Amino acid sequence: MSLFEKFLSIQQAREEILQNGINPFHLTIEKINSPTEGVINGRSTILVGTNNYLGLTFHPDCIQAGQEALAQEGTGTTGSRMANGSFSSHNDLERAIAGFYGMPHAIVFSTGYQANLGVLSALAGPGDTILMDGDSHASIYDGCRLGGAEVLRFKHNDVADLDKKLRRLGERSQRTLIIVEGIYSMLGDRAPLKEIVAIKQQYEATLVVDEAHSLGVLGKRGRGLAEEAEVEEGVDCIVGTFSKSLGSTGGFGVSVHPEFEFIRYTSRPYIFTASPCPSVVASTKVALRLVRETPQLRQQLWENAQKLYDGLEQIGYTLGAEVGPVIAAMIPSKEQALGMWQGLLEQGVYVNLMIPPATPNGESLLRCSVSAAHTPQQLETIIQSFSNVHSSFKEQSGSYQSSKM
Amino acid sequence: MTTYADILPKLLETLQPYAKKIGHLKETTDLVSELGLDSLQVMQVLLKIEDQFDISIPLNNLPNIRTVKDLGQEIEMLLKA
Ligand SMILES: Cc1ncc(COP(=O)(O)O)c(C=O)c1O
Repeated sequence: MSLFEKFLSIQQAREEILQNGINPFHLTIEKINSPTEGVINGRSTILVGTNNYLGLTFHPDCIQAGQEALAQEGTGTTGSRMANGSFSSHNDLERAIAGFYGMPHAIVFSTGYQANLGVLSALAGPGDTILMDGDSHASIYDGCRLGGAEVLRFKHNDVADLDKKLRRLGERSQRTLIIVEGIYSMLGDRAPLKEIVAIKQQYEATLVVDEAHSLGVLGKRGRGLAEEAEVEEGVDCIVGTFSKSLGSTGGFGVSVHPEFEFIRYTSRPYIFTASPCPSVVASTKVALRLVRETPQLRQQLWENAQKLYDGLEQIGYTLGAEVGPVIAAMIPSKEQALGMWQGLLEQGVYVNLMIPPATPNGESLLRCSVSAAHTPQQLETIIQSFSNVHSSFKEQSGSYQSSKM
Repeated sequence: MTTYADILPKLLETLQPYAKKIGHLKETTDLVSELGLDSLQVMQVLLKIEDQFDISIPLNNLPNIRTVKDLGQEIEMLLKA
């Protein structure tokens, strides 16, 4: 048996999906025209699966800052910050993030994935315990594993289960890290953060919140769920990414604890990889400023989210959570989801197809991420296309007994 | 003190609903390859067992648990700790 035989099952799964024509997990955007529009299969397509919540990828200020940094600081850093040194722009960005969160310590990583790996593995090691939400992102799973702590999982958003597991730990709860997300990326639901903070304080544990999908989206200043829930003081550390609302790439951790700085010396995902390239750092810094100075962007995002949510609900779709920038339509079966996803694409609307095992509770989802940059007309087209695939599937399939699905 | 012998019958009872396909559950039954549990079902079963025995099963130990017996021994160990 060769090493390559293990790919056989993947190949079979792919062929099954390919029988329908397009491969949803290997899609190419041939040309990208704006935060919300690209060309797919030669056809102009509205993008509704980008996580580009504020639509900043084409903002002229972000582009200009990136271009200037490219000319002044070059294309890349060619090494790690520990071995090769930081650029001033890395330190500037860290100060900007620390300032944005009102916390004294910030560390920038090359991606959000690495931020989770770096922070979680450095904070919780052998002899410590991690309590993670069962629906956590893969980067959280991997980060928990990397440090060598004992990893326990509590039921998604279930505070009673979290409580039970902390109680069972006894005194070990004081050396326990709890990790949750602000907005969960699949269904768009939020952590019950107020209750989680109360429990964390009761057991004297440490709380980390991943605000990947909530930065720039929730809170008066756009800091995320901890700000919105008014519990920032009860959170020990926030991690996040620049790759969604800020429209660039990279990740970060911020904390009030002075010891946080030492992560730089112990965190392999910080040390053994090249630092973010100057143009990305420069664009990110401007995007952060825009989040701060342009609350209208956030307002527009929420208006758009409400519009799409109402539209899909009226058609009869069952949606994954309350109104928010992640709107997931739950589809009864994988096959239907695939067919509808393809139907949408043929009408020039691209959403994310999510099927088990990547989804919570084995759901099949058509996941939309709304952008502040979606125009009223685009939103109308999206809703109309969802309506079209809904009716054509209802006609085809007897299994759609009710108007809800 | 709860021993493996006490645990096994309770464990078999909890797992029985997941064994409809193969009928009879044994100590040597492989939880994944024989019962055909997917990752979601594994999580549901584990949560049930955790409540049943008032323990928390670390994710770190899962790769070593293949059979009903492995799971029973893990529970015994966690109850002792
Ligand atoms: C909750 C969560 N954390 C972390 C990440 C990783 O971010 P990045 O894309 O910057 O690696 C993502 C997105 O992929 C995410 O959804």
